[in-house]
Amino acid sequence: MSPRSRESRLHVLSVLVENKAGVLARVAGLFSRRGFNISSLAVAPTDEGERFSRITIVVDVDAAPLEQVVHQLDKLVNVVEISELAPADAVQGELLLATVEAGPAERSQVIELVGVFGGEVVDVGTSQLTVMLAGRPDQLDSFERLLEGYRVAGLQRTGRVALPKLGASSPRLSQVG
Amino acid sequence: MELTGAQALIKSLEMEGVEVMFGLPGGAILPVYDPIIDSSIRHVLVRHEQGAGHMAEGYAMVTGRPGVAMVTSGPGATNIVTPLSNAYMDSTPLVVVSGQVSTASIGTDAFQECDITGVTMGITKHNWLVKDPADIPRVVAEAFHVATTGRPGPVLVDVPKDVANGRMEWYWPESVDLPGYRPVTVGDPEAVRRAAELIRAARRPVIYAGGGILKARAADVLRALADRTGIPVVTTLMARGAFPDSHPQCLGMPGMHGNYTAVTAMQRSDLLIALGTRFDDRVTGNVARFAPEAKVVHVDIDPAELGKVRRPDVGIAGDCRLVIEELLEALAATGQHARADGSAAGGEAGFGDLAPWWDQLHRWQEQFPLHYEPTEGPPIKPQMVIETLREQTGEDTIVVAGVGQHQMWASQYWRFEHPYTWVNSGGAGTMGFAVPAAVGAKVGRPDRTVWAIDGDGCFQMTAQELVTASAERIPVKIAILNNAYLGMVRQWQEMFYGERYSEVYLSPDLPDYVKWAEAMGCVGMRVESPDEVLPAIEKANSIDDRPVVVDFRTDAFEKVYPMVPAGASNDDIVVHPAHDGRAR
Repeated sequence: MSPRSRESRLHVLSVLVENKAGVLARVAGLFSRRGFNISSLAVAPTDEGERFSRITIVVDVDAAPLEQVVHQLDKLVNVVEISELAPADAVQGELLLATVEAGPAERSQVIELVGVFGGEVVDVGTSQLTVMLAGRPDQLDSFERLLEGYRVAGLQRTGRVALPKLGASSPRLSQVG
Repeated sequence: MELTGAQALIKSLEMEGVEVMFGLPGGAILPVYDPIIDSSIRHVLVRHEQGAGHMAEGYAMVTGRPGVAMVTSGPGATNIVTPLSNAYMDSTPLVVVSGQVSTASIGTDAFQECDITGVTMGITKHNWLVKDPADIPRVVAEAFHVATTGRPGPVLVDVPKDVANGRMEWYWPESVDLPGYRPVTVGDPEAVRRAAELIRAARRPVIYAGGGILKARAADVLRALADRTGIPVVTTLMARGAFPDSHPQCLGMPGMHGNYTAVTAMQRSDLLIALGTRFDDRVTGNVARFAPEAKVVHVDIDPAELGKVRRPDVGIAGDCRLVIEELLEALAATGQHARADGSAAGGEAGFGDLAPWWDQLHRWQEQFPLHYEPTEGPPIKPQMVIETLREQTGEDTIVVAGVGQHQMWASQYWRFEHPYTWVNSGGAGTMGFAVPAAVGAKVGRPDRTVWAIDGDGCFQMTAQELVTASAERIPVKIAILNNAYLGMVRQWQEMFYGERYSEVYLSPDLPDYVKWAEAMGCVGMRVESPDEVLPAIEKANSIDDRPVVVDFRTDAFEKVYPMVPAGASNDDIVVHPAHDGRAR
């Protein structure tokens, strides 16, 4: 599948949930038993007090199954609100950590590359560097591709988080009949 | 007032109006069983926890009230997983309370520990693990609210032993606070108006009535809709009794073993009015080839059902009763338009002319009625047993079935005239459902005769609950259609596996059902020839002080017809061999 068509199947759901024990298992279990694919998932408490958390789920489905995902998700008692954040209407961010094999010869190249992307070196060993980069998912994709020229000992991305762009109006899907 | 968690739990059940619960005690739930002695709630002691769950389901299905069951931790809780799954598939309101090991022991693989909230997450509407005795009244109120509102379903409340033993200050919540739970009720007026237009314009419409009609207590408004529009009605396996079989517009049951007219009417329809139903694969057959010319109006209280299987032209999320009432109003309004634009074309009250459609339906009914070949001598035809039972009992009799051939014959050959007279396991297809569900139904409606029509395979799975019935003086009647086989599986092996019968023979005599019945405190009878059927049923009907089991020796080779083979289109319905070659 080409990157473009894959990107068109990716939908970002921003799901407000009650902050109760097992809520993540309920959401993950629903995706698993209904056969929906999670591309990435990030969860953290919201600023609305202890009671709610926000789960940002990137799902890999076509539009029609997406409606089914939303409706099934909305049936979970602990799910309070679901919004789909269309990529054009959302700001998205993600964090990447990578440990790169970089001896004295390559070290400066890697540092320069990280600098171009606005990242930083967070750890240095005798023959390795660990770098951190925060940015839009597509920037992280580009950075990851450029790292292919080096030996990468470990790489971890957090999965994206997203919020609506100011002034844009994403529908609250859970409140659409 | 300070109470223990256990006392608060029982008091909370009383506050919810619980009159009866089904259960079996054990270590972790012991504290909760103590206050039952002082409670107004009747507790029915089962012989296996699966029985408790199915009894609670049978009770709920005939009363409309939530069924309540209580079990201990570990195996007690896992034994009730099947009823939870069954209730989830058939949208039956069920509240199960399970014991759990003490909070300090959770996660240590303690004796009789099982993560039952994890296990049942996917087969309950919601479940709760209570960690503080002070939470008990709130959780119980939430549990009953979730189980009984919106699309009904099962819930589970897991109560650790130390929570039951702990102390709390009693309160009863005035309302529940569940910000993520907002069931829909009324339908969108614009969608209702468009649905009314489609109904008005249709020439080959079919009302496809499902179990949601019964959940919404909408049988009377369904009748009004049918009477108002003259549209034929099919009643799914879960909706038998939602529309009277004697009504001239009733086509009976559609689906894999539905009658030819019901199946084919849907298939040729130009408008399916789907009410409280979910386009189950057993109804649609091959979905891609299902009702290819039909527009679809789909009404369901669960928005996730709209478009899950078949995309509706008009989807209406709402309570069936309220939406049908809205539809009736909208139809009254649109009737005038029909006359004005001339499309009434001879139809009644501004509706499309359905006369050609009814002519077609009547031809199918004449060509392909339900059919079996009666016999004089043994073995008995199972359909004949059901017909005799039906003739010998009042039309308010509650009929309960297990799963398999006997279930299909019961649904086909019984004539259902009233809602809540049919109890069976639809979506999950749980063998062994009938005996305990019949016990629960009789507890819920002690004024009614309750006949379970069961298979010999099913009966062997849960027969021990007749001990419960005898001990508690719950006089249910069980008709075993004993064909010595796992009959439905045998039928599939005959038709689709080249008559290679693999592990389906059970023997008619092992066990001895009469001795077994007697050992369980029931009256047992054996019936081997057709002329003994009527006297045995008369005798069974005359016994009202204990359960009765009748072992009817039926024809092992009888098959359920018609049949749409699994995965085939409804167009490829297989009719009774005696009807082969008739013009379709």
